[in-house]
Amino acid sequence: MADTKLVGQNYTTPDLVAKVTGKAKYAEDYRIEGMLFAKLLVSPHPHARVKRLDTSAALAMPGVKAILTADDMPGAAVGATLGEGVQASAQAERGLTNEPLYQGEPILALAAIDEQTAAEAIEAIVIEFEPLPFVVDPIESLRPNGPNARIQGNVWMRPATPPAAPAGRAAGAAAGAAAGAAAAGAPAGVAPAAATATRGAGGAAAEGQRGTGAAGGAAAPPGASAAGPAAGAAAGAAPAARGRGGRGAAAGAPAPPQIAIWKWTDEDFAKAGANQMPMGKATDEWVFGNVDEGFKKADLILDETFMTQSTGHQPLETRTAMAYWQNGKLFLHGSTQSTVQTVAAVARWTGLTPDKVVIISEYTGGGFGSKIPGAISMAIPALLSKKANAPVMMRITREDEHFIGRARPGILARVKLGMRKDGRITAIDMYAICDNGPYDAQGDGRSAGTTISLAYQPETMRWRGLTVLTNTPPKTSQRAPGGAQGIGLFEPLLSKAAKKLGLDQVAVRRINAPAGHAGFGPALPNGKQAYVTSAFVKEALDKGHELFDWDVKKASYSGKKQGNLRRGIGVAVSPYSGGSIGFDGLFIIKPDGRITFQSGIGNHGTHSAFDVHRQAAEMLGQPWEMCDVVFGSTAKNLPWTCISAGSQTAHAMTRAAHAAATDAIKKLQEIAAKAHGGKPEAYKVAGGKVSGPGGSLTFAQAAQKAIEYGGKFDGHELPEDINNFTKTSAKNLVGQGLMAVAKDAYPRDGQSQSFVVGFAEVEVDTETGVVKVIDYTAIADVGTVLNPRGLKGQLFGGSMLGLGHAKTQRWAYDQHYGVALARRFYQNKPPTILDAPMSFTAEAVGLPDPETPTGIRGVGEPPVGAAYGAIMNAIADAVGDEIFRKAPVSLDIILAALENGGQRTHEALTAHV
Amino acid sequence: MDDKTMSEETSESVSRRSFIKGVIAAGAVASSSAYLFRTTTLHGQPSAPGAVERLITLNVNGQDRRVDVMKQETLAMTLRYKLGLTGTKLGCDRAECGACTVLIDGVPRYSCSTLTHTTRGQKIQTIEGLADPATSKLSAVQQGVIDEQGFQCAFCMPGFVMAATGYLKTNPNPTRQELAHGVSGNLCRCQDYDKILTALMKGAEHMRNA
Repeated sequence: MADTKLVGQNYTTPDLVAKVTGKAKYAEDYRIEGMLFAKLLVSPHPHARVKRLDTSAALAMPGVKAILTADDMPGAAVGATLGEGVQASAQAERGLTNEPLYQGEPILALAAIDEQTAAEAIEAIVIEFEPLPFVVDPIESLRPNGPNARIQGNVWMRPATPPAAPAGRAAGAAAGAAAGAAAAGAPAGVAPAAATATRGAGGAAAEGQRGTGAAGGAAAPPGASAAGPAAGAAAGAAPAARGRGGRGAAAGAPAPPQIAIWKWTDEDFAKAGANQMPMGKATDEWVFGNVDEGFKKADLILDETFMTQSTGHQPLETRTAMAYWQNGKLFLHGSTQSTVQTVAAVARWTGLTPDKVVIISEYTGGGFGSKIPGAISMAIPALLSKKANAPVMMRITREDEHFIGRARPGILARVKLGMRKDGRITAIDMYAICDNGPYDAQGDGRSAGTTISLAYQPETMRWRGLTVLTNTPPKTSQRAPGGAQGIGLFEPLLSKAAKKLGLDQVAVRRINAPAGHAGFGPALPNGKQAYVTSAFVKEALDKGHELFDWDVKKASYSGKKQGNLRRGIGVAVSPYSGGSIGFDGLFIIKPDGRITFQSGIGNHGTHSAFDVHRQAAEMLGQPWEMCDVVFGSTAKNLPWTCISAGSQTAHAMTRAAHAAATDAIKKLQEIAAKAHGGKPEAYKVAGGKVSGPGGSLTFAQAAQKAIEYGGKFDGHELPEDINNFTKTSAKNLVGQGLMAVAKDAYPRDGQSQSFVVGFAEVEVDTETGVVKVIDYTAIADVGTVLNPRGLKGQLFGGSMLGLGHAKTQRWAYDQHYGVALARRFYQNKPPTILDAPMSFTAEAVGLPDPETPTGIRGVGEPPVGAAYGAIMNAIADAVGDEIFRKAPVSLDIILAALENGGQRTHEALTAHV
Repeated sequence: MDDKTMSEETSESVSRRSFIKGVIAAGAVASSSAYLFRTTTLHGQPSAPGAVERLITLNVNGQDRRVDVMKQETLAMTLRYKLGLTGTKLGCDRAECGACTVLIDGVPRYSCSTLTHTTRGQKIQTIEGLADPATSKLSAVQQGVIDEQGFQCAFCMPGFVMAATGYLKTNPNPTRQELAHGVSGNLCRCQDYDKILTALMKGAEHMRNA
């Protein structure tokens, strides 16, 4: 029987029938006898303090069972240890608060016998607020007398001198998991962690900026959000491990970020040109080369300001959660992107040790970065359930979700670009102000810089940044955090420069394209930059140039006028982190010959939860019909798995699958040799058998032998280097068959980044301002293709998100009252099916990444920036370079500019307008 | 609002005034309810007038189901919380996203914005009712989804499948663009639109060949 090829083949995922028949259960679909319903009381003010709270009338109502306030949340006592050795911080988000920092922040929660009673009881609560100063626009906060979003200040920054305090590690299972995470996340051959040493106040590997460094209670969304490309490897670390004192508990580890007061001067504001971003002092900075020298070599210099807006993640399923307790354990049905990685986060948020937490999440209705390890709001039904001694369902409404559902930080940036007449970029001087929201330090401003550095390989670069707090809903990583905004704000400037020099747009991307071990980001102590494992961007540009018919479109359609319609074309290059390493694979070959794969990956639409195991099945020659995948509950003995974020899963978990399959092959050989004699190496695994000189065994027989022989064959003995989380799971599966269990300890030289090049053709109606995308082509450099249909789905989905950012998605806040004007879908305008390009093409370059045995890299995020940039470039090509300096480029922007002789009428400095 | 008035009103003619009074009396616009609601007095507290439930019969997926329903209860809530049919999803609870789409007498409707009482005497079909109850054979549109691996997180899927099923009865051989318009009342945040359309077009083909 020939071995079937599985990697690179389409197939039907095992969960699809459940989904299409309505049997699949998401968080809000679970029902338990005696279940209570929770409703939230949220703040009407953008910043306030609770002055008086009287819940007696509510508690007296029949059917009302319990109330939870901020005082009930763990970490209320400053300095309390929240497991995993992370100290609580008074500044961390805790789920409920007595000092709301944004309109819509939950203050308390109430559980009652039904939702209507809970809602009525909330109305009966007497609550008085003392309004506090607030600000929704970062630039306003930086003015000399500008308001601060928080009492403590308005920016996140790292103190200049890190203290020599050791990285605290708490004892117990929590630390075990976290320690495993730290070890697991540490990449081989990667510099960025060392990047901490390069700057003083500039601060560290931006993973710390992501906020877990500051706050134990923070809803830490690691992923590749922090420092984008630079933290690709760090993304492998669990939320807990991040922001701790560094991996080896070395002295000189970066201090956690703190909130400080930061103001610019009147002179800073006066010096800025009209509609240009002022550039007062920055908290963070990095350099590569000497930009002054770089600009001297330029034949053209442009200096422009661009603004990208905050955009809500708006997953179709809100972050509803249902919790109950049994035998001292918390069972939480929630909506999360990462099954395994949610355990430590929920433990931290509820003050438990991870061994007391079971997460059930078989299906999640989208996350896009807002539910990486679940959501901090999960703590509310968990603790209410304990208080009320009954299961609690907390249904989050779409209204609630706008406020607590997270959003991508808007970035305001000023970029000075130097270009030689052949199109080569000699210098980039970039200053980025990131709208941080009220909590965790966001790394998007930094990621924007490193992404641009990677995409265009400037000869010299300086990046400066500020992360300014605002009283707007909390921000977190959203599909290509920092990277999408970076490409979005930079590409229009690049296109303008190319046009001024009379150069072809594709040629300009090509001459600046990364290749091989391309470097990015700051110069490290050794003078060199961090670098990628591989990059095939030139190949992607060439392929797309041909498939998109770039030359034909340029000659015939670009700039074409037909009545009030204008056509334009654009291209953009978009990198994003594409892989992490160091996680574990675990599966059992059962005595009936079937293989059961233990999958700790979340099931939120990427299909990675199933795809990655095909790598192992293929290596063993096992038909997919003889495979089962266990997923969706941490009570089912799952291995230590990466977060499903940062486009890392396909890379990380196919490596883990590869390691486990290699372990299985070795054990099969040894069992065969033991049973039939001869050397293990003489036996071959193929076609569901292991065969050699002495004879052969089917997998079923080999599994039975494994149980008979015991020891390492059936899991009685486990490898030392697997994570403690995996050890616990494996111990529960002992004696069930042939156990394959291994850690991904493969080497890797460089950081794994994936690239997508986008080509767009648009038609703009100059009478209505409506932009139609006629044709869109996405070419992906993601290494070897794991699942073709899945890849195309991710490319389309990510491209559409980029399209939404380019055309319609944004927030609007009343600057005077600090309240949301645009909420929900209708006003925040995510793309509908009618916004889809009329023609869509997706192809992969298909060249394997040389630094991973499977050749596979991830794909979720790079498509976003590609569409964001390409579509805006196409709009500019159609109606002019001076039409817009902010995204989304909405109808009113286009029409107002066209009526103004092609000159934009908006200022691109105020956020949320 | 008393029951005498109610019995004289048909399901179509619940007056606006009485509906609003019921809503105000219930004290909240929260359109949900749970297993138990205050239809009887508890600890001497009178039940809110709008909180009265009536036992009605609904025809869901070919079966007659008896269920207690409040006047202001929406069909989505009744399906999900009282009839055990959680396949119909709540995405926005306010007619923006289509995740709650069901078929009522073959017409796609947003169940979050349909009062359950108005559906008495009508045939309601949900995602759970598409497959053949005897053989479990998937419907044409469902099979199209399987064939093309449609949808990603699939939270929007029940709504899309019901919308497509209803639309295709009116236009069995649509172009891709026509079918897109037919389901344009459904949002997908994973933005799987391209593959969704391919799957639904496949379903249309199956439906024509049946």
